[in-house]
Amino acid sequence: MVEVIVFAIFALAALAGALLMVSARSPVYSAMGLLMAMFSMAVFYVMNGAHFVAAVQVLIYAGAVMTLFLFVIMLIGVDQSIDTHEQIPFQRPIALALGGGLVLLIVVAARAAWVTGRASGVCTVDCTGTIENVSGELFGAWMLPFQATVLLLTIAAIGTIAMGQFVLKPRIVEPPGEEL
Amino acid sequence: MPLLAQAAGSGITVEPHWYMALAAVLFAIGAAGLLLRRNALVMFMSIELMLNAVNLTFVAVDAGIGSLEGQISVLFVMVVAAAEVTVGLAIIVAVFRKRATASMDELSGLKG
Repeated sequence: MVEVIVFAIFALAALAGALLMVSARSPVYSAMGLLMAMFSMAVFYVMNGAHFVAAVQVLIYAGAVMTLFLFVIMLIGVDQSIDTHEQIPFQRPIALALGGGLVLLIVVAARAAWVTGRASGVCTVDCTGTIENVSGELFGAWMLPFQATVLLLTIAAIGTIAMGQFVLKPRIVEPPGEEL
Repeated sequence: MPLLAQAAGSGITVEPHWYMALAAVLFAIGAAGLLLRRNALVMFMSIELMLNAVNLTFVAVDAGIGSLEGQISVLFVMVVAAAEVTVGLAIIVAVFRKRATASMDELSGLKG
């Protein structure tokens, strides 16, 4: 019963955070909403026994990724004027209708799977996502994909550095005579 | 309906399909946000929300069928998402340095 109450509280928090993220006018509020949703996700992971994944969620997503987002928001400027005027006619109602239609589609498509789920367990011993169990899987059967992620991260880092290095001249020109 | 009967018999517990339903709603909110918003950063955050929703289904199904593969998949998704965020935000900053805007409507330079 406690589990149900915790689920209800954090499901509401996740939904509220997601809605805040979509509806907030300022990108900073959007980031805060996403942060709330991500922390709720970490709680759901713990409730499902995925302790290591929950820790990674808090450290990487709520920590590193959101910090990066906030950094870029502050770099670009939070007081950017948000134009609400639409260039595509009826964009807002069409987008809302497509979002609702997506929920309906997922419900219809996944209904059979939800009822027939519950296969027998694959791992016979202990299946909680502790660091020992996860690392046993990760450095055992999943060693090659793990190495591939190293390559991916290296490529991403090099690409980011290259992009920061070789940007063309900015369009905004400083007015002359204002150097410090 | 074995799941419903089981839930009614032994008091209500949180079933994996509750998480699936929640994740479906979160995914749809993320998709709607991607369509609704024009700010590149908020669109990016919507993509992150969609990735998180899918991660939640992986973990919930994992606990339901008793395996660890889903959690490994979630770790890989997180790594790829981190790389994607790094490159994407670098692109946004580069575009901002050139065009001084983060609005997708302004960036129509490739339009024929």
